[in-house]
Amino acid sequence: MKIKKNLAISDTGFVFDPSTGDSYTLNPIGLEIIQLLKNNLSLEEITEHMTREYDVDSNTFERYFYDFTGMLKQMQLVIPDEA
Amino acid sequence: MKHKQLNIAISGLNNVDSPGPGIPVIRGIRESGNFTSRIIGLAYENLEPGAYMHEFVDKTYKVPYPSEGVDSLMQRIQYIHEREKIDVLIPNFDSEIFVFIKLADKLKQMGIHTFLPTLEQFEERHKSNLNTFGKTHGIKVPENISVTSLEEIEQLRQKDKIEFPVVVKGKFYDAYVAKNPEQAAMYFAKISAQWGLPVVIQEFIRGTEVNIVALGDGEGRTIGAVSMRKQYITDKGKAWGGITLDDPSMLEYARKLIHSTRWRGGMELELIRTADHALYLIEINPRLPAWVYLAVAAGQNLPAAMVQLAIGEKIEPFEFYEVGKMFIRYSFDMICDLSEFQNLSTLGEL
Repeated sequence: MKIKKNLAISDTGFVFDPSTGDSYTLNPIGLEIIQLLKNNLSLEEITEHMTREYDVDSNTFERYFYDFTGMLKQMQLVIPDEA
Repeated sequence: MKHKQLNIAISGLNNVDSPGPGIPVIRGIRESGNFTSRIIGLAYENLEPGAYMHEFVDKTYKVPYPSEGVDSLMQRIQYIHEREKIDVLIPNFDSEIFVFIKLADKLKQMGIHTFLPTLEQFEERHKSNLNTFGKTHGIKVPENISVTSLEEIEQLRQKDKIEFPVVVKGKFYDAYVAKNPEQAAMYFAKISAQWGLPVVIQEFIRGTEVNIVALGDGEGRTIGAVSMRKQYITDKGKAWGGITLDDPSMLEYARKLIHSTRWRGGMELELIRTADHALYLIEINPRLPAWVYLAVAAGQNLPAAMVQLAIGEKIEPFEFYEVGKMFIRYSFDMICDLSEFQNLSTLGEL
């Protein structure tokens, strides 16, 4: 899954989609995940990072991850061809 | 280098909750680095706020509504011209543009320049002609049917030619989504009472409304175009907040349309972006819109460029604007002296 290239993501968690004018706010964990996605990390790499940094097991994290990325797809924040 | 000064007459000073484009157009003109301006306001009503906004409007004259007759409007323009030596006239109401297109040659003989679409361009993009317009220029438009009576709406429904919801639109202004025949009848009555006939019944396209302000040079070239999405819409459907977009397909759309129509002057394209990313044209307004100052702030001073085109200057197209620039409207109570209101209402000048 690739995040739209022109998506503007601020350090405070404010996300602006310049092609639609929509904006969103992310909590710190959401911000961290979207930045990892933007850096083209795979699910495995992201899971490894998050389970290392936070008190969460990989199964639980993956459940939350798919929930989160499902929302990104719904909001059309990912590149359509690879969504 | 000393800049030339231009005397520019501008209407649409009704800077109210459903604002005319006059004041935003003036703001752009005032910020031009290529000329200075004396702004002559043309007001139809005594309480048009722009008449009292002296930082934007240097002198205001009351003018008769075009519906009162072209001759009386022309006489009034002549009177104003004798005093002010108007260089450029910018009408900003949909309802007066037709009249000023008709008067453009006479005005030019007097030395007053306009930069308006041709009569053919103006007529072609009418809401009632939108189907043909779409076919001619190869663009998607919703089905539009002009009706002059309630019975016609019922007949269309019986023949399955319309499917609810539909959008009921006035020939100049106003649009309401009608979910059933009863609502369609109500909106038909409301719109026809205010704006006359025909009323347009438009297919409802589901999606997000996006808008483009653009300026065509009349030879097929786009001088500038900025796309915007309304972020906050009033109960009258007007933008109270908006943001510039980075959508190359919208700008390409505007360029193609201007090239195909050889559009002359300002325009606002009202479009619906559907879930599958198709763009449907729902309306072309033949003038700069009230949100045009957003384009100025984002880097394209389209009002000033229009003035330069009007006086025959060659200008290079804008190639860039700032994405993510926002506007937020606000209301503000201006305090005025009775004497000013008195002058405008009795003498017709302020």
